[in-house]
Amino acid sequence: MPALPLDEAGKYVAGAYVVFLVLLFVYVAIMATKLARMERQLAELNELAHRVDANPGADA
Amino acid sequence: MFFYAPNDVDQGFVQKILYLHVPLAIVSLGGFVAGGVLAIMHLRTRASKWDMRSYVAIHMALIFGVGVLITGSIWARASWGTWWEWREATLVSFLIVFLLYATYQPVRFAIEDRERQARYASVFAITAGVFVPLNFMAVRFAQPSYIHPRLGGGSLTGEMLATFLLSLLGMTLLFLTLVKYEMTSKHTSAQIASLRRRLLGEDPSELPVRRSAAPTLTTTTP
Repeated sequence: MPALPLDEAGKYVAGAYVVFLVLLFVYVAIMATKLARMERQLAELNELAHRVDANPGADA
Repeated sequence: MFFYAPNDVDQGFVQKILYLHVPLAIVSLGGFVAGGVLAIMHLRTRASKWDMRSYVAIHMALIFGVGVLITGSIWARASWGTWWEWREATLVSFLIVFLLYATYQPVRFAIEDRERQARYASVFAITAGVFVPLNFMAVRFAQPSYIHPRLGGGSLTGEMLATFLLSLLGMTLLFLTLVKYEMTSKHTSAQIASLRRRLLGEDPSELPVRRSAAPTLTTTTP
């Protein structure tokens, strides 16, 4: 097949690079969600640790 | 890569996909093999960290593999006028490797006992990891390529070669960064779970076992 003209080839090249960036973005977004959940959990545990420190004798 | 590397004489501007597609493929296949090597370390030491590393390497290589298949299809459409060519051994062999590894997580998930899961997954990763280079060599040496272009033999020179090598380096660093990112996330998650158990005074042996494909990390308690 002869080489595609630039205006037509450009769409395919852009498509390939956009697909790669979208894949990367989706992965980073999923990881960001996990990170946010961990941050929430850590805040809860921090709160729990403060309560345990305040009442050493009592159960958590 | 768009301004420094010159356009290919035969394929023209479409060949720019090479700087994305080929490094993705090399790093993806390298990730599968690395998963096998890390699995050997797991079987030798029985330390859960090696199982986790093997799992994350394969997981990431699979994601990169999705990128290889999609960018390859786009390039095929632009170059050959078709999204897929079943007569081309290079494409079909990569698809076989990809589908083989796509069964890795379901296999893990199917095994409830964590110790057995880690052991069987390592055996899987080693066997499949050996298959990857064998498959690659068989396709490369057994017959000339049908239509898929081949690198090597001086097909890339000067600026094209420099751009390709830089892309390969960048892709490798991206892979390693994402593996590190995922590993850190899993370690932190395990540490949080361990801390929660300690603060709530829960006995891990009494907790219900949650089935998961991901390995369990053993956390150290002071």
